[in-house]
Amino acid sequence: MTWSESISYRTVIGLEVHVQLLTRTKLFCGCSTTFGQPPNSATCPVCLGLPGALPVMNRRAFDLAVKAALALNCRVAGFTKWDRKNYFYPDLPKNYQISQYDLPFSEEGWLEIDAGQGPRRIGLIRVHLEEDAGKLLHDENGGGQASRVDLNRAGTPLLEIVSKPEVASPEETRAYLEEIRLLLRELGVSDCEMQEGSLRCDANINLHIPQADGSVAATPIVEVKNLNSVAAVERAMRYETQRQFEQFQKDGKKWGEPGVHKATAGWDENSRTTRIQRRKEEAADYRYFPEPDLVPVTVSAARVDEVRAELGELPAAQRARLPAQYGLSAYDAGVLTRQGRAFVAYFEEAARLCGDAKETANWLANDVLQALNESKQAIRYFPISAAGLADLIGEIKATGLNKQRSREVFAEMLAGCPSAKQAMDKLGIKVIADRDQLADIVRRAIAANPTAVADFKKGKTKAADAIKGAVMRETKGMARTELVQEILLEELHRAGSDADRG
Amino acid sequence: MSLDVEQIRWIAHLARLELADDEIDGLARDLNAIVSYMDQLQQLNTDGIEPLAHPLDVKNVFREDVPASSLAVDEALASAPDRRGNYFGVPAVLD
Ligand SMILES: [Zn+2]
Repeated sequence: MTWSESISYRTVIGLEVHVQLLTRTKLFCGCSTTFGQPPNSATCPVCLGLPGALPVMNRRAFDLAVKAALALNCRVAGFTKWDRKNYFYPDLPKNYQISQYDLPFSEEGWLEIDAGQGPRRIGLIRVHLEEDAGKLLHDENGGGQASRVDLNRAGTPLLEIVSKPEVASPEETRAYLEEIRLLLRELGVSDCEMQEGSLRCDANINLHIPQADGSVAATPIVEVKNLNSVAAVERAMRYETQRQFEQFQKDGKKWGEPGVHKATAGWDENSRTTRIQRRKEEAADYRYFPEPDLVPVTVSAARVDEVRAELGELPAAQRARLPAQYGLSAYDAGVLTRQGRAFVAYFEEAARLCGDAKETANWLANDVLQALNESKQAIRYFPISAAGLADLIGEIKATGLNKQRSREVFAEMLAGCPSAKQAMDKLGIKVIADRDQLADIVRRAIAANPTAVADFKKGKTKAADAIKGAVMRETKGMARTELVQEILLEELHRAGSDADRG
Repeated sequence: MSLDVEQIRWIAHLARLELADDEIDGLARDLNAIVSYMDQLQQLNTDGIEPLAHPLDVKNVFREDVPASSLAVDEALASAPDRRGNYFGVPAVLD
């Protein structure tokens, strides 16, 4: 336990997430949004901010935004407009960003997350639609005299999702981002690739530390930027928690005191530290005003109902339903849900066909998931169909095939064998389920392992495993496991009582 | 309300305008005239009148998500004061 963990305090984190919407074209012009195009090859007068060019709203971007807002349990406004956020920066060609200020298209939602301690709702302040800026490249050589700008990204549609400061730990930060990613990917709203910048996150963090006099001291808020992966966000929050706690012990500076300002820090993934950036002396003054080049948008209640009806079952609902309907643990339900709807559908079909949901979930969470990860495949391209997996599970139950040999059959099916039976034939597996035949093998194994028998009699029940191992070796793993276990115990007890009588 | 010299300087700074000292008085006069006109408008009774988000009575103008042709790189960069390869060159920006 570290020093800061020994005193109870509350970590308060608010997250500002930007996701790029999955459109073919930009928010206000027909330039392509495809990632990785040659620099400045996807620009036009609108996204370059050339005089006289007029923006026109991308219908799909707005529809995707509404879909996301409803999935995030937000209230979608009947009337929304756009505003100019004015500031100067070399990656912003118009010297203003078209964003939403006082009438965002949605507000007041929540996202249910589960960081391992059960479901919890994180409140959302607002979700709004805005355009992205261009990309600034800092010249490492050339004496740092110039930077270069690529405006392909300028005007790309972004959804900004602002949480309330209700995220309470680094683990919850991770869970929040993973949940947004899962939700928006499943809905086809965004591909949420942090590496490609289609999901970006800024985190505001401070601590609430109880004081001896009963008051609670809040440490100065730090906004951490440059977070390029979910893992980096989690690490940055952990680092910043520790740093702020230690800093508070040193200087006792509190949020709200004169001279205490919000600081901006960049996360340095190499040193795994935050670096406080020079504070801008002036307060941000964006002089928002309504965007005269775009007309407002209205959304009818009927349209909202229509979009809501198309959402389908969302991850939070699946995590609740799977345990209720199939008796799965919350953990297993979480593992399945995290893989997306197609994976859950696969599970449900296989479970229905084989009649054993728990066993189906085990196979999916372990062997299937591992195979998918190794081949970097999605479940819909998985070589074993849901019916195939159900067949395997049914065959294992019918024959009592042990785990190791079951996995060999699974591997054979993975390589293309269409049924469990055929795979077993191919592997030469013929399960021995004949009681007399097995009893004979067990008795021989008992005779050959006197030490294990003696240990067993002394109460070391584990010693039976050695004998069982010998039986499985003898039968090349093809003996029906439960039957071996049953016969073995019978025989051992009999051997014991025979010995007592003798 | 009226604007003082400091506020004029601040507004000019936000707009990245460089003002000579002798320009400020004239601008302050002009801006104050505009602001006092706005103050006058504020006195109108607007009870029961919907705020106007846009002067045109038009809503819901969309385009379909269909790619249109972009400019050629040379065209896009034609007016760049400092072209660097296929990029716009700008003074060094350090975060
Ligand atoms: Zn464009």
